[in-house]
Amino acid sequence: MVDFWQIIQNAGVELISPTTAAYALAALGLAIHFGFTGLVNFGQAGFMAIGAYGYGISTLTFGFPVWGAVLVGIGASVVFALILGVPTLRLRADYLSIVTIAASEILRLIFTTNTLEAVTGSADGLSGYKGGFAALNPFPEGTYGFGPWEMNAYDLWVRVVAWTIVILACLLAWQLIRSPWGRVIKGIREDEDAVRALGKNVYFYKMQSLILGGVFGTIAGMIFILPRAIVPANYATTLTFFIYTILLLGGAATILGPVVGSIIFWVLLSAVSGFVARAQAVGWFDFIGMSSVQAGQTRFIIVGIVLMLLVIFRPQGIFGNKKELAFVK
Amino acid sequence: MEVTGLSDKRWLRVLVALFATLLIALTFSGGLSASADSINEDSEWQIKGNVKNDGVPLDGVLITVSGNGFSGEVATDAEGKWAVGVPEGGKYTVTLDESTLPEGVIVTDKEGNVIEPTRDVEFGATKTALSNYFLGVGVREVTSFTDQLVQRLFTGLSFGLLLALASVGLSLIFGTTGLNNFAHAEMVTFGALATLTLAVDMAWPLWAALIGAVILSGVFGFALDAGLWKPLRKKGVGLIPMMIVSIGLSLALRYLYQYLYGGSTRQLPGADGAELKFGAISLSPVDILSMAISIVAVLGVGFFLTRTRLGKATRAVSDNVSLAAASGIDVDRVIRIVWVIGGALAGLSGILFAFYRPGVSWDMGFGILLLIFAAVTLGGLGTAFGAVVGSIIVGLFIEISTLWIPSDMKYVGALVILILVLLVRPQGILGRKERIG
Repeated sequence: MVDFWQIIQNAGVELISPTTAAYALAALGLAIHFGFTGLVNFGQAGFMAIGAYGYGISTLTFGFPVWGAVLVGIGASVVFALILGVPTLRLRADYLSIVTIAASEILRLIFTTNTLEAVTGSADGLSGYKGGFAALNPFPEGTYGFGPWEMNAYDLWVRVVAWTIVILACLLAWQLIRSPWGRVIKGIREDEDAVRALGKNVYFYKMQSLILGGVFGTIAGMIFILPRAIVPANYATTLTFFIYTILLLGGAATILGPVVGSIIFWVLLSAVSGFVARAQAVGWFDFIGMSSVQAGQTRFIIVGIVLMLLVIFRPQGIFGNKKELAFVK
Repeated sequence: MEVTGLSDKRWLRVLVALFATLLIALTFSGGLSASADSINEDSEWQIKGNVKNDGVPLDGVLITVSGNGFSGEVATDAEGKWAVGVPEGGKYTVTLDESTLPEGVIVTDKEGNVIEPTRDVEFGATKTALSNYFLGVGVREVTSFTDQLVQRLFTGLSFGLLLALASVGLSLIFGTTGLNNFAHAEMVTFGALATLTLAVDMAWPLWAALIGAVILSGVFGFALDAGLWKPLRKKGVGLIPMMIVSIGLSLALRYLYQYLYGGSTRQLPGADGAELKFGAISLSPVDILSMAISIVAVLGVGFFLTRTRLGKATRAVSDNVSLAAASGIDVDRVIRIVWVIGGALAGLSGILFAFYRPGVSWDMGFGILLLIFAAVTLGGLGTAFGAVVGSIIVGLFIEISTLWIPSDMKYVGALVILILVLLVRPQGILGRKERIG
């Protein structure tokens, strides 16, 4: 019999997991790019990789303290955003999409190559950078929480930090979007020429938006590596496309949409793949001859189909306003 | 104000160019390190050995030890000895750099037979492993730089041509519908998988399987247009949402392929043809046939676009949809035909790529998707002939760059070039300026 209680418990873990927080923050950054400014950034995985490797390399190779490593990551992300933005922000939207996706792949290939193994760990990636962060943990050793949310002191510390950052980022983004700056970038999304006619420097506003959303992605990359090791294969373009699915699920031009989208995405993904795996194990899918390996692959097929259906039938997402479709023409 | 704005822009451009130079310098500088006769002397686990030529020790021969995530390089001392401390036990690969040996001397076994300079060393009961080299008189066949260059030129051209097949299709689809089709990679994979099914699983003769697979790919392109893209166009879905739909389609199809065909790489029949020597270049009959097929297909598309009525209509739609519709061209029919041609060309490109790699796997198309995009952008978005030029440049650049940069970085060079070209000439090589909006 399929153990539904176990499936629900596993899905419940995802509700507050640091991975969910990291995807929520990365999606919020993408909301600033794509939802509010209309920049089609397909390189959010690259920004996350910069956060992960910026933190990891400055800790392991250069022995930086936590705050130093965080600053290095953010600095690198600003430089990366400038490099992406300079050649493309004056061009049509699809140029930015191609350049950003190419740049994030360049980063992944550089982090994977054997030539730089001493610094990047090549395909094996990096680990052992968590000491400094764990040392800041104010919670004493012990077990916290209940039910599926039972965790040790380090896990609690990671979750507290991750979700605090997500909440602060949401507040910052909310204030920025309702400020005059936010009205300008929404204007750029709706009609770039009209904003230009009002005397605003569209190029610089786009650049600021690219940097801000990119820094959110970079910090998300740092949260993402706290419960796991840094592995270059994690930063493939599929990561960007998952973040797009989350963003469109919640609503591209909303503040809470990315957060709720991330929670729904991970809880549902865990529930669905848990159900498929268990149902396959007890033989419910024998009539189509599904193997256990195939059961694990169905989740990606489902994500792809959900992404298509969302864009076609509910482009504004769950929380979005139909009038604010958030798609550039 | 205008002047400072301009200088800002120029300054930023210099910044980007500097970064790119740094990136390239970084990739070129790998592997240069000072060499001692022993490293990590305080490690418990040691690999040692000596290098002697006919009993005489050789000084300054480079030895590389790698394995278990470790890599170290030493040079032999005056007694021909070297030692490398490794972090843990297990199996390591020891390589002697033959270019550091005196002229006319190479690695042999004890009996004087010529052997490879690379060997595996495994720790036994003790924490010291020995790896001695014996040398003898002999000459290893070294390919000269020019020969390598010529060989790479040919492989690059062959890769560029097969890339061109996929790029032309993508470019035609972009030109006529404005769609950046991310699922084009899956159309490439489709051709290879269809050949695999027909030729291996259903045991058709190879020529029949190839023709069948190309026809199926065309049908696949037609089905995608009829089942998905045409309804979306009728619904008035914008271009960016359509692009994201194509991403979803790409994800779903790719993992559906993995679901159906598994994660392994399988070979097509005929992939292991004997190599033929043409002076410096060695090519298999498959390589030659593959190049011939690509050239015929590209010329065929060129003939179609410039000489036939339908081809001219396609170019007209590509140029201006409303104007084409107003002059009596059935736009929907043209788009349908473009999807069929695009699908068939992508499928053919996938088949040739399966012979080029060699092997068929579920994500093979996705691996070259960015190169296809790079080629199309390089040549000029929406121009079919630009896509051919762009593809050949990308193919040649990737293969020739491996003469200097590590082969696992060869795609990086092509993508850096893409970004640099956008900086200088955003409309691409054959694109027209007003297209970039």
